[in-house]
Amino acid sequence: MNAELLRSLTPSVIGVLVRRGADFAAAEDAVQDALVEAVRAWPDDPPRDAKGWLVTVAWRRFLDVARADTARRRREDLVDQEPPAGPAAAADDTLRLYFLCAHPSLSPSSAVALTLRAVGGLTTRQIADAYLVPEATMAQRISRAKRTVAGVRFDKQGDVATVLRVLYLVFNEGYSGDVDLAAEAIRLTRQLVTVIDHPEVAGLLALMLLHHARRASRTAPDGSLVPLAEQDRSRWDTALIAEGVNVLQLALSRDRLGEFQAQAAIAALHADAQTAAETDWVQIVEWYDELARLTGSPVVRLNRAVAVGEADGPRAGLAALAELDATLPRWTAVAAYLHERDGDLATAARRYAEAARKATNASERDHLNRQAARLNAR
Amino acid sequence: MAKYLLLKHYRGAPAPVNDVPMDKWAPEEITAHIQYMNDFAARLEANGEFVDGQALAPEGTWVSYDGPGRPPVTDGPFAETKDLIAGWMIIDVDSYERAVELAGELSAAPGAGGKPIHEWLELRPFLTEPPTITE
Repeated sequence: MNAELLRSLTPSVIGVLVRRGADFAAAEDAVQDALVEAVRAWPDDPPRDAKGWLVTVAWRRFLDVARADTARRRREDLVDQEPPAGPAAAADDTLRLYFLCAHPSLSPSSAVALTLRAVGGLTTRQIADAYLVPEATMAQRISRAKRTVAGVRFDKQGDVATVLRVLYLVFNEGYSGDVDLAAEAIRLTRQLVTVIDHPEVAGLLALMLLHHARRASRTAPDGSLVPLAEQDRSRWDTALIAEGVNVLQLALSRDRLGEFQAQAAIAALHADAQTAAETDWVQIVEWYDELARLTGSPVVRLNRAVAVGEADGPRAGLAALAELDATLPRWTAVAAYLHERDGDLATAARRYAEAARKATNASERDHLNRQAARLNAR
Repeated sequence: MAKYLLLKHYRGAPAPVNDVPMDKWAPEEITAHIQYMNDFAARLEANGEFVDGQALAPEGTWVSYDGPGRPPVTDGPFAETKDLIAGWMIIDVDSYERAVELAGELSAAPGAGGKPIHEWLELRPFLTEPPTITE
């Protein structure tokens, strides 16, 4: 019994049922029943077409439940009105499910939970563990999300940007429990790339691959943060980097630039440098200019100030920084770093300590405190 | 997507508007107060925003290491001089604004005379793991 196979088939089978008119929660229940049946029946009698088998059993199960329901007549009418199930590309069904799970009526955390449950096929417990909340809370979050999208019918294409945002949120969740959320986000984005032709989907996949490739070197064995310049580049995953660069180049050649492609381009320039000193900061600044134009985000302009500091010297970086709101997250940390490079160690030490107090995560706080202590110990 | 700790203080915050010690409330007012807290927690669990919560006894003790071979020193309880935590709740919400909104609701629990006590709550974000993408 191949659990991976079942998990990978689940979303498209749910997608078929939703397209045929089942509401989302009923479709999921029916598919769960079919999966249980598969676990029981397949070892003795493996099907020739696993997905076809699951669709047939799940649809039969859905009809049984629909008939038994008190709203039997209404539901049967609904089913009757559906066009007969004909051949349809699996791609459309999977895509429908992505759009459903990232529906704008859902809050970000609900959309993330529903996507991991329905498209990712993770158990509620696995999702709850990954987000460090009780299983009951996650179960409620998912069932609320299902209720929210229960009445949604898909007659037009959803918003790709919302789907990408949800996958990005999954990837960017630093914590990973039993399930590696970064790997899961990559898996789901890879799947999305096969069903939707959009350069930004490829851009997001490239971005994830390039960051994932450097992940092992981001933390020391004791869990402390290792800054990019100090990372052991021999530990970067060159195969993932090559794949990310390739995916990115194909996307860029389509000439429809978006923020994920621009971010991936910056990540690629970092990944491309054999040593930190070889980093092409001039080109990175240009990409940040593109990114600032695309997003108008102050966080992007803050990162741009760091790149300017590397490309044109710390004074130029501090000048770029001075134009930005000092209450931005990480503004103080950037100021500390640029002051240190500029040789003003007293100011740098003070800024590092101040930045540590404002840090929102423990490894960053510890890292900044160490920087302040290093300068103060001189 | 972000966890916050709601700390309920016995003291250490400005005096609430409806500042009557609980032992001066009517029994049904206490029941109503507790019911409000339980309903609040149950609603958050149904929302998918509840993580954990507990009430704490008012008597706390300060404990410190006192050198090798010596038992830890304890200080107190000096309930009258120390800031005490009455209880806490952890929520997991989509934004800081939502956390403030929920803390405000919790602060409206009924007290003496059935009126909201306007209790002060301290709202503290959890430190998280670093995000994967920082650029």
